[in-house]
Amino acid sequence: MKATRVTNSIRPLRFAHGEMTQAALAEQVGVTRQTIIAIEQGRYSPSLEIAFQIAHVFGLPLDEVFQYPALKGPSPTTD
Amino acid sequence: MSFEEKKAWAYAAIAVIGYSVYLAMVFTAGSFRPLTEVDYAPLMLATIGGAIVAGILTGIAIAVAAPKNERQADQRDREIERLGEHVGQAFIVLGGVGALVLAMLQSEYFWIANLLYLGFVLSAVVGSAARLAAYRRGMPTP
Repeated sequence: MKATRVTNSIRPLRFAHGEMTQAALAEQVGVTRQTIIAIEQGRYSPSLEIAFQIAHVFGLPLDEVFQYPALKGPSPTTD
Repeated sequence: MSFEEKKAWAYAAIAVIGYSVYLAMVFTAGSFRPLTEVDYAPLMLATIGGAIVAGILTGIAIAVAAPKNERQADQRDREIERLGEHVGQAFIVLGGVGALVLAMLQSEYFWIANLLYLGFVLSAVVGSAARLAAYRRGMPTP
């Protein structure tokens, strides 16, 4: 069972940032290492606040860390 | 395995073991007479009390064994805790409604008390199972 449709690039980003450990990222964000593992594996969709905190650790905008697949159907239009 | 997940395993095990011990004692005491004549109250109070003490001691033991930085519950732990409480609560309500029906039918106190106890045990076991499933497989999405 995939618990969430939110995907993320945390794992490659950690390696790109000096092979940051899950424990180090967890400490900076203020969550447990198990929560970082669950987020990486797609078993937990973090709150917006935690998602922003993770993105800030990597110095990236939110959508470069977290992705959400587009739903089928017409895309929203702006008038 | 996180600190909170270990506690969920422990509480589920304590609930199952405590209730099994209670049932064994009641059936042993009732082997030569009707179950409703068994003096169940001291047995029930002893197993409930024992489960509470075992839960507290196990919680302390798990906390002592865990590294300091992993003892704190985070947002995910709290969300999973709420899910477990929500799932478990249904069985307390079912036990309460069942006991109400039995009282209206003027059933023996034995059955009313035991149905309520079963409701508490199922609440603890199913609530813990929901927590463990959320830790292992993820939180359900709406």
